[in-house]
Amino acid sequence: SSPHLSSLPCDRSRRSPSMKRPHRAEEAPGRRRAQPGQKERAGGSPGSGSPRRKQAERRGRRELLGDRERGSAEKICRGRRKKDGRASLREQRAPSKKEKEVRRKEEVWKQLKKHRSSSMASSTSSGESLSEEELAHILEQVEDKKKLIASMRSKPWPMSRKLAELREAQEFLEKYEGALGKGKGKRLYAYRMLMAKKWVKFKRDFDNFKTQCIPWEMKIKDIESHFGSSVASYFIFLRWMYGVNLVLFGLIFGLVIIPEVLMGMPYGSIPRKTVPRAEEEKAMDFSVLWDFEGYMKYSALFYGYYNNQRTIGWLRYRLPMAYFMVGVSVFGYSLMIVIRSMASNNQGSTSEGDSDNFTFSFKMFTSWDYLIGNSETADNKYASITTSFKESIVDEQESSKEENVHLTRFLRVLANFLIICCLCGSGYLIYFVVKRSQEFSKMQNVSWYERNEVEIVMSLLGMFCPPLFETIATLENYHPRIGLKWQLGRIFALFLGNLYTFLLALMDDVQLKLSNEETIKNITHWTLFHYYNSSGWNESVPRPPLHPADVPRGSCWETAVGIEFMRLTVSDMLVTYITILLGDFLRACFVRFMNYCWCWDLEAGFPSYAEFDISGNVLGLIFNQGMIWMGSFYAPGLVGINVLRLLTSMYFQCWAVMSSNVPHERVFKASRSNNFYMGLLLLVLFLSLLPVAYTIMSLPPSFDCGPFSGKNRMYDVIQETVENDFPTFLGKIFAFLANPGLIIPAILLMFLAIYYLNSVSKSLSRANAQLRKKIQALREVEKSHKSVKSRATARDSEDTDKSNSKNDTQLTKEGTAHHSASQSQTLDQKAQGPGASSSAGKTVLPASQHLPVSRAPGVRPDSGQARPQAHPWRSTSGKQAWRPPH
Amino acid sequence: MGNKQTVFTHEQLEAYQVGMMDQAIGGLFYRYQDLAPQLVPLDYTSCPDVKVPYELIGSMPELKDNPFRQRIAQVFSEDGDGHMTLDNFLDMFSVMSEMAPRDLKAYYAFKIYGVCADPRVGKWERTQTVTKLTRGELSTEEVSLICEKVLDEADGDHDGRLSLEDFRNMILRAPDFLR
Repeated sequence: SSPHLSSLPCDRSRRSPSMKRPHRAEEAPGRRRAQPGQKERAGGSPGSGSPRRKQAERRGRRELLGDRERGSAEKICRGRRKKDGRASLREQRAPSKKEKEVRRKEEVWKQLKKHRSSSMASSTSSGESLSEEELAHILEQVEDKKKLIASMRSKPWPMSRKLAELREAQEFLEKYEGALGKGKGKRLYAYRMLMAKKWVKFKRDFDNFKTQCIPWEMKIKDIESHFGSSVASYFIFLRWMYGVNLVLFGLIFGLVIIPEVLMGMPYGSIPRKTVPRAEEEKAMDFSVLWDFEGYMKYSALFYGYYNNQRTIGWLRYRLPMAYFMVGVSVFGYSLMIVIRSMASNNQGSTSEGDSDNFTFSFKMFTSWDYLIGNSETADNKYASITTSFKESIVDEQESSKEENVHLTRFLRVLANFLIICCLCGSGYLIYFVVKRSQEFSKMQNVSWYERNEVEIVMSLLGMFCPPLFETIATLENYHPRIGLKWQLGRIFALFLGNLYTFLLALMDDVQLKLSNEETIKNITHWTLFHYYNSSGWNESVPRPPLHPADVPRGSCWETAVGIEFMRLTVSDMLVTYITILLGDFLRACFVRFMNYCWCWDLEAGFPSYAEFDISGNVLGLIFNQGMIWMGSFYAPGLVGINVLRLLTSMYFQCWAVMSSNVPHERVFKASRSNNFYMGLLLLVLFLSLLPVAYTIMSLPPSFDCGPFSGKNRMYDVIQETVENDFPTFLGKIFAFLANPGLIIPAILLMFLAIYYLNSVSKSLSRANAQLRKKIQALREVEKSHKSVKSRATARDSEDTDKSNSKNDTQLTKEGTAHHSASQSQTLDQKAQGPGASSSAGKTVLPASQHLPVSRAPGVRPDSGQARPQAHPWRSTSGKQAWRPPH
Repeated sequence: MGNKQTVFTHEQLEAYQVGMMDQAIGGLFYRYQDLAPQLVPLDYTSCPDVKVPYELIGSMPELKDNPFRQRIAQVFSEDGDGHMTLDNFLDMFSVMSEMAPRDLKAYYAFKIYGVCADPRVGKWERTQTVTKLTRGELSTEEVSLICEKVLDEADGDHDGRLSLEDFRNMILRAPDFLR
């Protein structure tokens, strides 16, 4: 008799003669598979022929009505039993897959046969075809098959096996899907199944379509195979940036520019939308347009064009409000997307501490970049793998070479010193030049060089400092991946200096313009007053209004700022392209064609071909994006230009890389350096948020241009909207929310929350580290144990298991005792008290893990709750049970 | 679509699509056919038994610079000789595609690197792997040291061999494995 079944509380069901019996019998092989060595009494019934079953069915039908209630109760039991079976199945997954597959096949065939016979029997007997039990059973099997089909593609089978399995499963499904419904429901069910199938197919096609729609995928793949993933990471970053800019462009274009152009007042209607009389002659010259003056300046590309009408057009679109909100949401969206992508990058990289455990394994099994499809790159890769192997061997053999360590340390300090000197020098140079340019700006006739001195010096610095840094960085002898990060950080500091000097100069300019504004305002008023009240005009005829071009106007500082950013972006783009064209393409041409008639080998020797400058390009992209973020508030058209720039630069740089660059000498993988880019981007985003926020919050807008003209501060537009357009109680709520008495506690609360979460995550990671250390220690112990006595008897291993697990509990307890209360709380939450030790023991002890856990007879198979200390005992008793009887 | 239907029946195509990671069956078929136009017929409705020899498989741009191309071809081919039927070919692309889950990749990586269950064979295979990776530029002692180290690091249950469990355990933690 089966001890397993007798232990189940719902055993009485077996006594009720109904047609559930054959089904339980069908389950039997599965259960028998799970627990070899246990006999199944119910398994005897399928052998009995169909006449007997028919008898049973007849009887069953008679009892059917009374049986229903019992049936539902049974179902629960059955579900529980099934769960048992599955649990044991899971534990038994160790045996080889092939065996399992064979078994599975057999089972499938058996079930198929049985189902055919049973369903035939039932359909012949009466119209009421299937009992609930059977239905549930078939339904479950159908679900299983479906699951099998869905997970087919991730099964490690050869294609022929996949196809065979698939055919079987599909046959089964076709046969039984329809049979599941009764009468009317049948057709509905079949229809639903059909629709579900169609839906799945549609989703699959849609997924295909989506993967085909990823832009530039092939181009980037191509580059990746030639230059390794580090170069490709730049292009992926570029593509990502393009996507972000497209969204920003959509926001600004759709909510600000289009409404203003369609519904706002047309060009020439009011002074701010008209070119002044003095500039009119030259306003269409190319040189003027190129500088974003003339018609460009008085177009919707810039802040000054927008009118301060509260609502425009028949939609009564509140443009000033929209302008402000879009400006805010540009930053909001960028922050959100950057942080989100950083977080998603971070999620995969939690197992950082493992890398030192598996140095050689990782080098051996994961160092080859399978995306390399170019023999030159492959050569480099071979070389770099060899060197890295050699490096780690050297590390392994002699743990530390004293002089070398000191030398490298010295060299690194020296290098950092030199670079800091360079940075300080360049900072001072910029400062000096900016000072001089302020003097020049006061003078009348200055030469072209004197006017553009700042820009020239900054571009020269940007051109010569990075190579200098790279030369110095060779002293440090870092791994190129780390070296790249250092290089990025240093150039970042340099660029940051440039950016902030530029901003300071701009601020001075703005302050100057602001101080002049009051006088200009008076002049305007006076002119208008004079114009309308001048004598010598017939009072009866109203005077025609002054032509907008003739109205004197202030020097709209917002537009000036926007123009500066626009110019900077365009000149930056041109400089980049020209550098690529000259530095890469012409150099490559020269090296390639002059090599025939030169006295030394140009390709291998001095000029050689250029390598792709990852750090420079990434930083260029990041800083350009910073410009866009800063400038987009004052020049809504800037994002459009940037989208164009990114698009052209994608194609141009792809071409330049493929045509005129060579792979890096040491090809290295760009694993997770993407997050480093993102970090820099976030920093730049923050830094570019500051000046914009400052100007919005603390500078008064110009009096005669832009959507906020006439207001004291730009953010007054929100207050105005709240007061005029919202119900009064909402206004009160807003006023209440803006109260510092509420904001300060909210900020405090946020700080506290951050502090709390930070400490929790820290303690968790500490616990993690401790567990890892424990595993390490246990491994060491086991290793030494193993080497000492090779003939480990079962009893001995049992002892070690026990001691280990005890050890384990102690360690855990100690670990929890060490930490703060909050940490122990979290630990407890995670592992639920004493259960922690047993679960930890399970992961730690390989012996118990690999033992096929079988239950001793008489033990309730499903205890449900984890029992402390139960695990080692159970496994050992299982071992004893496994031993053949003496 | 018209082209595909002449090569495969609709049912075949459906079935392949369920089994494959990357579902551009038509494109893959033409690549397969391009490898040996005189061998592979353009009509697959009757499932002809055709194999493309390893020399042609190994010369594909995806594989030609890969030091493990022979192992890859052997693992995916039916008899371990590197000659591939269309099904094997599709298998290979399915596993190598970006969409394949890490577990599946780990399983095949285990087979490709030949870290077999048999300790002696496993050792030889590991030596081969290192030699292939470095093009034989390391000395024998260095290679054997590396192999020892690898076994030492990755052998989780200390039975002197790398089982699939060990291997999966190790490789799923690798920072460079599948990004």
